[in-house]
Amino acid sequence: MNMSPRETLPPATLLAIYRKALLINLVDERMRALLSSGRMAAVYYSPRGQEIVAAAMGVHLQPSDYLVTMYRGIHDQLAKGMPLRQLCAEYYGKATGTCKGKGGPMHITYPAAGIMVTTGVVGGGLPIANGLALAAQLRKDGRVTVCTFGDGASNIGAFHESLNMASLWKLPVIFLCQNNGYGECTKYENATAVAHVADRAASYNMAGVSVDGNDPAAMWHAMREAVERARSGGGPTLLEANTFRFKGHYFGDPAAYIPKAEYEAALARDPMPICRAAVLSCGAATETQLQAFAAEINADLDDALKFAADSPPPDPGEIDIDIYGTGARA
Amino acid sequence: MSSPADKQQTITFTEAFHRALDESMAADPNVILLGEDIGDREGGGVFKVTKGLSTKYGDHRVRTTPIAEEAIVGAAVGAALAGFRPVAEIMLMNFVTVAMDQIVNHAAKLRFMSGGQTSVPITIRTRTGAGGGTAGQHSDMLEAWFAHVAGMKVVVPSSPADAVGLLASCIFDDDPCLFIEDGMTRAQVGPAPPPGHRLPLGKANIIRAGTDVSVISYGRPIRDTLAIAERLAGEGISVEVVDLRTISPMDTDTVLESVAKTRRAVVVHEAPRSFGVGAEVSARINEHLYSELAAPVLRVASRDVPVPFAKVLEQEFLYKPSAIESSIRQTLAAKARR
Repeated sequence: MNMSPRETLPPATLLAIYRKALLINLVDERMRALLSSGRMAAVYYSPRGQEIVAAAMGVHLQPSDYLVTMYRGIHDQLAKGMPLRQLCAEYYGKATGTCKGKGGPMHITYPAAGIMVTTGVVGGGLPIANGLALAAQLRKDGRVTVCTFGDGASNIGAFHESLNMASLWKLPVIFLCQNNGYGECTKYENATAVAHVADRAASYNMAGVSVDGNDPAAMWHAMREAVERARSGGGPTLLEANTFRFKGHYFGDPAAYIPKAEYEAALARDPMPICRAAVLSCGAATETQLQAFAAEINADLDDALKFAADSPPPDPGEIDIDIYGTGARA
Repeated sequence: MSSPADKQQTITFTEAFHRALDESMAADPNVILLGEDIGDREGGGVFKVTKGLSTKYGDHRVRTTPIAEEAIVGAAVGAALAGFRPVAEIMLMNFVTVAMDQIVNHAAKLRFMSGGQTSVPITIRTRTGAGGGTAGQHSDMLEAWFAHVAGMKVVVPSSPADAVGLLASCIFDDDPCLFIEDGMTRAQVGPAPPPGHRLPLGKANIIRAGTDVSVISYGRPIRDTLAIAERLAGEGISVEVVDLRTISPMDTDTVLESVAKTRRAVVVHEAPRSFGVGAEVSARINEHLYSELAAPVLRVASRDVPVPFAKVLEQEFLYKPSAIESSIRQTLAAKARR
């Protein structure tokens, strides 16, 4: 880690980021194990490799801040405070899931922690994030909206419409692009005409920042700046967090399109062991403490998965509920 | 029917839309408007429906947007998730297609997909209709597309009074509503409703009672149909006119009760015939009342072609009032065979 003050973190902050990242990492590992063994049947988009981006985002946000995320969103949801029981039960398609089994992994919603929308449509969340931010601006309630999406989403029309409107209206929104190098199976440079997604911010007269999303300090500082800008009425930020996706586009994707050398170079920069080493070396926690954190997370996860497994499926009659509300308001 | 006293209390469709917006904004600070050119700085909208509202309620509540339909509807969806009741004006219905992802994948489904944790009480006002020479990209009636998507409500008024009551109900409804305004009849007048007028969504209106044949329609053709019904009454033919008001969710009960009584049905709409609302109404009638029908259910609709420009072609495209009358007579002729 570079020693300039801009790129260092107090040990407690680094540890807070690591603990969120560890939660994401352990949940993701367990999900993949369940899928591999056939004990869970669900579409799954692993965030392996992107843990630090979400964790460093999450430590800056309040439960009342809004999150709009996407199908590869479990890391964002966990970083924002998604409880494990309701999450796991939703992955299992159970009545006790956060969406009563009606949305599934691609539509995790939990307004109590500000998780307002998880979309399965690339770029579909950006226009909605503006609306949440507009609500906060009109109410002057100080809430910030974070919209996460991939590099692929920066090429869809909704990105342009949304960033222009957000800048025009100085909305308190952060467009957090998690650039993991691939949009589905296509390499970044084969789909995107600019070197950095953040370069596009200039077109909208908006702050644009490109950082190493795997570096806790760089990511934390960039996110802090963006959150402060939004909260203080300074308008939106396009924050590009450069990262890597280790498990392909979807669960089971052999990802043969990723050159071996590129993959190995990325693996050498795997943010999880690097962050762990940094936590230990700065004295934020001991090896024993980190093992205890992991044990605690695994125990919570065991509990959540048992809760999910033991929960009943939705009642078939549930299919007719929540199509429309119960009625008009006066 | 209208006395000179009534005449003073008439309003146009445009005034009706304005009144519903004005009353709703006055009633609830959470009602906000989003759309192209809608502020007074821009002239109060291309169709002037919102004229005066930004001055009265402020630019923060009446927001002129970029020409960016997906961003407009998306912003409405997001603000609705946070508790507002946004009304998005999409100038013309063909431009709604630019915002389809927001409407079909998000607005309509977020309530269901979230297990009822969130809801999207937005209203999308849009204008359309053929007859004004606006050709293939400014005239389409696409209501069937949206009626096909669970979670959407699709509403079409046939009179200024209904326009006030239905639009206000859309705004205060807890689900996404698509409110379709007819461009050709915007200056048409009708009796003004009392202040605070509301009409229930999902409820059809027997606008004229009759016993021989049911004509089921909505929007612009209602007026044609009423005129024909009045004329046929002189021949002793009793036509019942059912105005759906809400296309989806459809008030099937009222339609079936009417047809169970008359045993004959003609469905009329401006949209092209194939795969339209007429097909759905006809199917519901046949599924429930087949054995009681005295004649096949007929459809009167526009042609299955793009809306053309030249007057002669445009008239060739549009449904014809004369076809409403001939279809009524055709269902009655079937009587002789039974």
